[in-house]
Amino acid sequence: MLDCKKATALMSRGLDGKLTLWQKAGLRLHLMACDGCTHFNRQVRFLRTALRRLPEQEQNHSSGENQP
Amino acid sequence: MEHDLAALRSDLLKFARLQLRDEALAEDAVQETLAAALSGLSRFKERAQMKTWVIAILKNKIVDILRDRARNPQAFAAVEEIPEDAYDDLFDERGHWREEASPTAWGNPEASLKNRQFWEVLEICLTRLPEKTARVFLMREVLGLETEEICKELALSSTNCMVVLHRARMGLRLCLDDRWFHGETRNA
Repeated sequence: MLDCKKATALMSRGLDGKLTLWQKAGLRLHLMACDGCTHFNRQVRFLRTALRRLPEQEQNHSSGENQP
Repeated sequence: MEHDLAALRSDLLKFARLQLRDEALAEDAVQETLAAALSGLSRFKERAQMKTWVIAILKNKIVDILRDRARNPQAFAAVEEIPEDAYDDLFDERGHWREEASPTAWGNPEASLKNRQFWEVLEICLTRLPEKTARVFLMREVLGLETEEICKELALSSTNCMVVLHRARMGLRLCLDDRWFHGETRNA
């Protein structure tokens, strides 16, 4: 059975490459029983969504740099 | 449209700085991007379209710069930047989340994407990641390069590469949790 520490590493790995069927199955089982890891999973996926949008952000701070 | 391009400059610069962590290189990348963009500007009628296109040019420039840099043999010791045991405290001896460290819900995090303050906090958190770690992580998450490609460029083994990405994620998650989702800024 996976522990949370290994499960978090696997979730990350799943975002950066492919998991084997066994890894996927193990992770799914773990997530069914673990709230902390379920939140972690959503959160790292959210990080991806946010970071993909980072370049599009307009950050016109009132104190922002002006054109030289 | 040229005015719009000029207005984009500070956003571009901010992005380039975050990615390159080098003022001079960031300036150069943005300067070249703007020069390249000027020549193709007439093709665009919509500002949003133009912006997407300019950002794509900048991303490519940044990837080129990072590639050049990766050829420098001492460039990469990202694996050691965040030590292996850095996040051990979050787990007990059986590898389960400690009660106080176990992730709790972020509510509806998508709503934060519309909040300007959120982006500021995110940027602060990214800046707090160690430099090389951040670069690998941003290549993956912001520039959207494939893991394989990043590892190859940086001459990291794929295991090391994934370890760096995982530690970066752990760090960033904790920082946002602390400073935004369960922090005080949110209610400020």
